[in-house]
Amino acid sequence: MTAFLAKRLAVGLITLLAASVIVFSVLEILPGDPARIMLGMNASPDALEALRIEMGLDRPILARYLDWLAGMATGDFGRSYTYSSPVLDLVWERLAVSLPLAVFALSLSTLIAIPVGVFSASRRGSAADTITMGAAQVGVAIPNFWFALLLVYVFSVGLRLLPAGGFPGWGESWAQHWQAFKALILPAVALALPQAAILARVTRSAMVEVLGEDYIRTARAKGLPRTQVLWRHALRNAMIPVLTIMGLQLAFLLAGTIIIENVFYLPGLGRLIFQAISQRDLIVVEGVVMLLVASVILINFAVDICYAIVDPRLRAGR
Amino acid sequence: MSADMFFMPAPERHFILKALQNRSFLIGLVITAAIALMALISLFWTPYDITRLQVAARMQGLSLSHPFGTDHLGRDILSMIMIGARNSIAVALVAVGIGFGIGVPLGALAAARGGWIDDALMRLNDVVFAFPALISAVMITAVFGPGAVNAIIAIGIFNIPVFARVARAGALSLWPREFVLAARAAGKGRVLITLEHILPNIMSLLLVQATIQFALGVLAEAGLSYLGLGAQPPMPSWGRMLFDAQTRIAVAPHLALFPGLAIVITVLGLNLLGDGLRDVLDPRLRHER
Repeated sequence: MTAFLAKRLAVGLITLLAASVIVFSVLEILPGDPARIMLGMNASPDALEALRIEMGLDRPILARYLDWLAGMATGDFGRSYTYSSPVLDLVWERLAVSLPLAVFALSLSTLIAIPVGVFSASRRGSAADTITMGAAQVGVAIPNFWFALLLVYVFSVGLRLLPAGGFPGWGESWAQHWQAFKALILPAVALALPQAAILARVTRSAMVEVLGEDYIRTARAKGLPRTQVLWRHALRNAMIPVLTIMGLQLAFLLAGTIIIENVFYLPGLGRLIFQAISQRDLIVVEGVVMLLVASVILINFAVDICYAIVDPRLRAGR
Repeated sequence: MSADMFFMPAPERHFILKALQNRSFLIGLVITAAIALMALISLFWTPYDITRLQVAARMQGLSLSHPFGTDHLGRDILSMIMIGARNSIAVALVAVGIGFGIGVPLGALAAARGGWIDDALMRLNDVVFAFPALISAVMITAVFGPGAVNAIIAIGIFNIPVFARVARAGALSLWPREFVLAARAAGKGRVLITLEHILPNIMSLLLVQATIQFALGVLAEAGLSYLGLGAQPPMPSWGRMLFDAQTRIAVAPHLALFPGLAIVITVLGLNLLGDGLRDVLDPRLRHER
């Protein structure tokens, strides 16, 4: 188990290093001189040169890469040109929107998908199963941003229940917290539905497989109640593929909310990176992409640990 | 003419019959064919010329002359959806082609060679997988500029590791099999065995994956063009149409309805086709599901 996790951790670190080389070199070839973009077209050559030196753009590429890497290792992601504040501060600010949104959406999706998947598997072949899986098939095909537009039309334009966009900030009082939470409801639902459809399908097929095993028959034969067999014995054994998909979905939600953030004008990580790219604020793009890659690796690692918790064979053995 | 060829038609006919009896496959095939036909027709005919703006006729509701209404520039929505289908299909198809064309040889190579080549290729795969696909696609289109071609490249790159993985897993399961051993004993090289024995036998697996990636490609293209990074105006794309519809949703909700439905129906059709194909090609999986 320890050796298994140690190996996964080592692979993760190598992946991170390789990713840093890719991110750095891709953004190096980005057209446009950041110094010129900051100073505008009418800047004097002298001012331009001075800023280039200040930003370190005159130094060799390898030295800049190593500096950047060393900085990140010590928690210094550099300063944004356009926001003139440290990248890490910007990230923290945006995470206050993106992280709750991702967790909210994942919880919603899990709360819908797992019961639906278990229910469908337990009544395999029934009309209820056919209908729920048909609905899931449609759900997988729905682009979340289109679903978001429909939600806005119904709940904001029509019923005027929820805001169509914007984020007021978390604030101090409970009333302000509630306003902020309300701003995240529609985005979270829009993100959760297609994810829930995928997760329900995965849960169902994993459960169908497990329900065919001998130990399930044994559990039923010894007189355990049907629900207990379903939720304790079967679901636990079906969890590995389900956890894998949930890990992928959390990683997707942290970064992949970029379109939904644009639909709802939410100041999250996705919008930060989108704006930073269009403003050629490279240091922000580099930093945020690296943090996202790191979080994907970390989530995969956490999923590996979950495997070990769910599956005792992994804990004792490797 | 060899004995092989003499016996060929029977299993093929059997396959087609079985496929057409599969409900998912049949529905998926009909939907996909309809969308493809729509795209094809748009090459030489659309109800209206979408390059001619008729501001006087803007944002009309549904009518006999404009079944899906008109947009904010008076363009016929049905015509735009037809041309948008062409754009979606072209982008997704070429992106799948890139993933297939590069990923399958890489995966087959990894399986055939093993050792450090396999390790290196699979680690490289892990690196690509660790990148949030959408953010990276945004980055790529930002580097090379927005447009349909760059959207294809951005989506295609993320198809490569998917096909590499499927090809490698499929090939690895075949290498210890008797017919491959027999070919090796007969003195055939690894490349020849891969071409003659491995690839034909993993083709069904790859075909199913290609259908799934095609569907994901349509969704990804819609997302990128919604962000303004896909096909550029005046070329209509479904994602862009949704973006234009967003600010007008209170007054003209139908602008958002039809492009969205077009995406859902296309993706649904492709997913059903893929599911049906998997059931037909791999009866073992059908049993488990």
